[in-house]
Amino acid sequence: MKARLALRSVALGYLGFLIILPVATVFWLTFRDGLGPFWSSVAEPAALNAFRITVLAALVAVVANTAFGILCAIVLVRHDFPGKRLLSALVDLPLAVSPVVVGLALILVYGTYGWFGSHLAEYGIRIIFSLPGIILATVFVSLPFVVREVAPVLREIGTEQEQAAATLGASSWQTFWRITLPSIRPGVAYGVVLTTAKALGEFGAVAVVSGRIIGRTQTLTLHVEDRFQAFDMTGAYAASVVLALLALGTLFAMNLLRPKEEKT
Amino acid sequence: MGITVRNVSKRFGEFVALDEVSLEIPNGSLTALLGPSGSGKSTLLRVIAGLEEPDAGEVVISGEDKTRTPPQRRGVGFVFQHYAAFKHMTVWENVAFGLEIRKRPKEQIRKRVGELLELVQLAGFAHRYPAQLSGGQRQRMALARALAIEPEVLLLDEPFGALDATVRKELRSWLRRLHEEMPVTTVLVTHDQEEAMEVANEIVVMNHARVEQVGTPEEIYESPASEFVMSFVGPVTRMRDALIRPHDVEILLDGDDSTVPAAVDGVLHLGFEVRVHLRLSGGEDLWAQIPRRTARELDLKPGDRVHVRASRSRTFA
Ligand SMILES: Nc1ncnc2c1ncn2[C@@H]1O[C@H](COP(=O)(O)OP(=O)(O)OP(=O)(O)O)[C@@H](O)[C@H]1O
Ligand SMILES: [Mg+2]
Repeated sequence: MKARLALRSVALGYLGFLIILPVATVFWLTFRDGLGPFWSSVAEPAALNAFRITVLAALVAVVANTAFGILCAIVLVRHDFPGKRLLSALVDLPLAVSPVVVGLALILVYGTYGWFGSHLAEYGIRIIFSLPGIILATVFVSLPFVVREVAPVLREIGTEQEQAAATLGASSWQTFWRITLPSIRPGVAYGVVLTTAKALGEFGAVAVVSGRIIGRTQTLTLHVEDRFQAFDMTGAYAASVVLALLALGTLFAMNLLRPKEEKT
Repeated sequence: MGITVRNVSKRFGEFVALDEVSLEIPNGSLTALLGPSGSGKSTLLRVIAGLEEPDAGEVVISGEDKTRTPPQRRGVGFVFQHYAAFKHMTVWENVAFGLEIRKRPKEQIRKRVGELLELVQLAGFAHRYPAQLSGGQRQRMALARALAIEPEVLLLDEPFGALDATVRKELRSWLRRLHEEMPVTTVLVTHDQEEAMEVANEIVVMNHARVEQVGTPEEIYESPASEFVMSFVGPVTRMRDALIRPHDVEILLDGDDSTVPAAVDGVLHLGFEVRVHLRLSGGEDLWAQIPRRTARELDLKPGDRVHVRASRSRTFA
């Protein structure tokens, strides 16, 4: 009895100090003087723009990494080809490499003087220090999650259900939509949650490629830091709360997507 | 018509899973593919279904060469050993799947699925998920799902393998009756000779990637083509160079020139029959299975001296 209580206190204490306390403090400081200051900070053009960029980048990252993540997982689990291990290692690269390095690498390739960017510049396309660069960096750093969540589920469900569907007349496309996708849905949902979290919270890579032009190429995380540096605590806290609410919203939405059987 | 398999070979890497297998399965028959584990039964079934592509040879179903036809267009119903139930679909949705893929009218689907669930005795379970069914019920659902598309041939891979003995027995006789009602050409894989004998009207014995013998249960049992078939489809004991079924060993109290002297080693009462362990004068062991009445008349005890005769025995080269 005592041991169980002790275990519980340790777990709660750990979460309390590391998560609950800081998050609660941010919420408290934000709303200490009521909703007024919060609204005026959030409604500032710079904040609104940061919000727009963050949501856009996260959306693109989630859509692209979900589609390509599922594809990569299928290729990694169901196909056999030379270089498969290399591909698998490549998928983990964005997790292994520091986001700052990712940002620098993107500049080297796509920057105005980069070997690819210089060609694009001739056509007037700018990637670094503008929105495409931010999106690119966000997609890059949040790439592994869907693959890594879906691959084990695919391995576990095996191929028998898909073969059964084939003998019943379903084309590969029909089998994917009606059998494979519903079976891997829990993995996809969790992968999307992690992808969203990473995309919303990314700082390092975005900081390098965005150029941090206030009101133009700032994401919410950059905006928070910018407000913090400017001693505008209310602004920093308000933007943080918005970030936290976005994350909570994603978690909630994904919960609604859980498969039917688990709900009963 | 039925199914014709001609010189089919299949390798997995270096391993030969099917070695020039040829087979004729008559229309409307219920055929068992019988053989030990790893003999290539499932591989052959999967080749017929199009789930595995043979390296050589051809598969003809109802007179049409289907060797290069994908499984979707073979008109084959396949039941997997572990059911392969669609876990996220109800029993109803599982059975309706093939019909929905074929875009049959709603009303027709409703009627057909209802009939099939009635047939496999799952009418009351339509809205359950596979996880909420017993093994036997899941198996019947898989069967209904395969039958829904009105397949030209029905292929069953160890359909009762994962079930307990009582349920197996029930499902076997149920399958027999079903086949009498709906004589779809059916191939059933099993490694249980009793199951093959009980269910099938034709048995294909496989061993080491080859077909050893094809015949009715009686032919296979009474005139096995090889030592392997003989020992695989029933109990055997050895008398000198010959293989013999234990119930073809006669025990006599008085010898003549067709008998061999032996000593009784032990007597086991198995209910209806009695098993007698014997030792021939040369020191070889042999056993006999005799009816209880005969055993009582002989009144055998360990150590008794008797004479044995093989009423039918076989020698294989
Ligand atoms: N996909 C595969 N890759 C490699 N080897 C395989 C594959 N499928 C089957 N084999 C091999 O081919 C041989 C025949 O397999 P198969 O499944 O046909 O046997 P089986 O007669 O059905 O046996 P069981 O009664 O155990 O199911 C086995 O030795 C198996 O290891
Ligand atoms: Mg098998």
